[in-house]
Amino acid sequence: MMWRGIGMAGAMMAALCAAAPVAADQQDPRLVPDVSSRNIEIQYSFTGEELLLFGAILYPDQRLPDDRADIVVVLKGPVRPMVLREKSRVAGIWVNAQSLRLRSAPAYYAIGSSRPIDKLVDERTAAIFELGLSNLSMSPTGFGEAENLGRMEAGLIDLYKRLGLYYENSSAVEISEGVLYRARLAVPARVPEGTYRAETFLISKGRVLAVASRDVEIRKAGFERFVAESAEENGFLYGLSAVALSLVMGFGASALFRRR
Amino acid sequence: MDLYLPVANLSVNALVIIMLGGGVGLLSGMFGVGGGFLTTPLLIFYGIPPTVAAASAATQVTGASVSGVMAHLERGGVDLRMGGILVVGGIIGSMLGALIFELLASVGQIDTAIAILYVVLLGSVGSLMAKEAWGVFRANKAGVPPPARKRRHHPLVASLPLRWRFYRSGLYISPLAPLILGAVVGILTMLLGVGGGFIMVPAMLYLLGMSTQVVVGTSLYQILFVTIATTMVHSMTTGAVDIVLAGLLLLGSVVGAQIGARFAQRAKPEYLRMALAAVVLLVALQMAVGLFIRPAEIYTVQ
Repeated sequence: MMWRGIGMAGAMMAALCAAAPVAADQQDPRLVPDVSSRNIEIQYSFTGEELLLFGAILYPDQRLPDDRADIVVVLKGPVRPMVLREKSRVAGIWVNAQSLRLRSAPAYYAIGSSRPIDKLVDERTAAIFELGLSNLSMSPTGFGEAENLGRMEAGLIDLYKRLGLYYENSSAVEISEGVLYRARLAVPARVPEGTYRAETFLISKGRVLAVASRDVEIRKAGFERFVAESAEENGFLYGLSAVALSLVMGFGASALFRRR
Repeated sequence: MDLYLPVANLSVNALVIIMLGGGVGLLSGMFGVGGGFLTTPLLIFYGIPPTVAAASAATQVTGASVSGVMAHLERGGVDLRMGGILVVGGIIGSMLGALIFELLASVGQIDTAIAILYVVLLGSVGSLMAKEAWGVFRANKAGVPPPARKRRHHPLVASLPLRWRFYRSGLYISPLAPLILGAVVGILTMLLGVGGGFIMVPAMLYLLGMSTQVVVGTSLYQILFVTIATTMVHSMTTGAVDIVLAGLLLLGSVVGAQIGARFAQRAKPEYLRMALAAVVLLVALQMAVGLFIRPAEIYTVQ
């Protein structure tokens, strides 16, 4: 962890020096965000990763305002259509009864802030910037009643929270000296591959003053990438190798034991 | 020791999976079953997605049955003609199974279908085995040998058109009967990730009326080829075979099977059968409980 801290401080100093003149002739403050790694590789012992989102707030004239500003960081995974199913009791047994098609639910969503979101912005602003799990727009389709819709979306959020795929923490962001911020967000092993977007919002007096984002690529690498790609693109050969593996291991074990 | 499964998209404790494979292998070596009926539910219980569990369990059964098939072939315990027809039926069945799988998955009922099939199949087979083992047990105690069953095929089998001679099995029946039987078991292999020996063996004995000397070997022969076919069909349709998961399971099960086989030579067969019946019934009960009791997770994402 030590090298990360040093690296981060260095990066921030560089960013501060380089960006200062540009920021001076602007009215609103600017954000210089970064992430601890822009490429996360899923390898054989991957059990998840802790991503550090950090950066600096640049005020015009390098003057700190009297009111303290707040920071919200969001890490959002790839959006993809999914079908959510809800079990209920039918004729005594539990079966999937209701289903809901969501066109744009994120596969991963983590939000951290320096104070609770509802204390920072009003509901409308939170909804516009999709701040908070309850403000995600998942674009449900093919569903009638609004009451069921809310219950099923809440069910998805609850499920994903327990899997570590959705996360909300209103004290995850730490701001030091009013200019440097940092937050740690955990990325669990079961996240899908794709381009993740780390967004930082600077909020003061209920207004979003600045937004900045960085992309984070999460990809399988090495052997894992090879296996996953073969399984997807070359099913026939992949199947043959799986069969070969099991035959060889079966033969091998019986040969080994027979000799003794 | 954590290991990432590239197709299942999650990381598991490799030692737990190897031990699981070892335990199943031990049982399969002792009882001469593939053990898929244990692997799939245990993997699902561990958190592996059901499709990946069924597909990878089928791959593992291939490895678990190889050495058995070899041994039976050497001993002449396989009716190759009968086995061939069963395999052809099984391959047709695994393709049919793929269609059924897709259909059930698209309406979201695959999990329930798998659970119900397990309860019904394992429940009935387990009860039958327990009943029979109990009968033998009591007869032995009383000192009276159990009445020998008359070997006859079912009247339905006799009514099928076309008749072939199966010398090793001692049968003169329609090839359609084993073809249909093979197809049914092939469907189950695709859906449940089981080899299907627990259905195949009683069906061969009581429906086809095959000679007992070739029942186990021919059943294993069919299982070997049909699980190979299932792995191929899964790889080309659902893409759910996780080769790392299958490898870990195999590592445990091939070793476990050898130890189990040694153990089986020293145990009394009626005790073994009673123990197997108990294991089968336990799995069925566990699955039934899952159907009737409110599940921990109401929501699933597809």
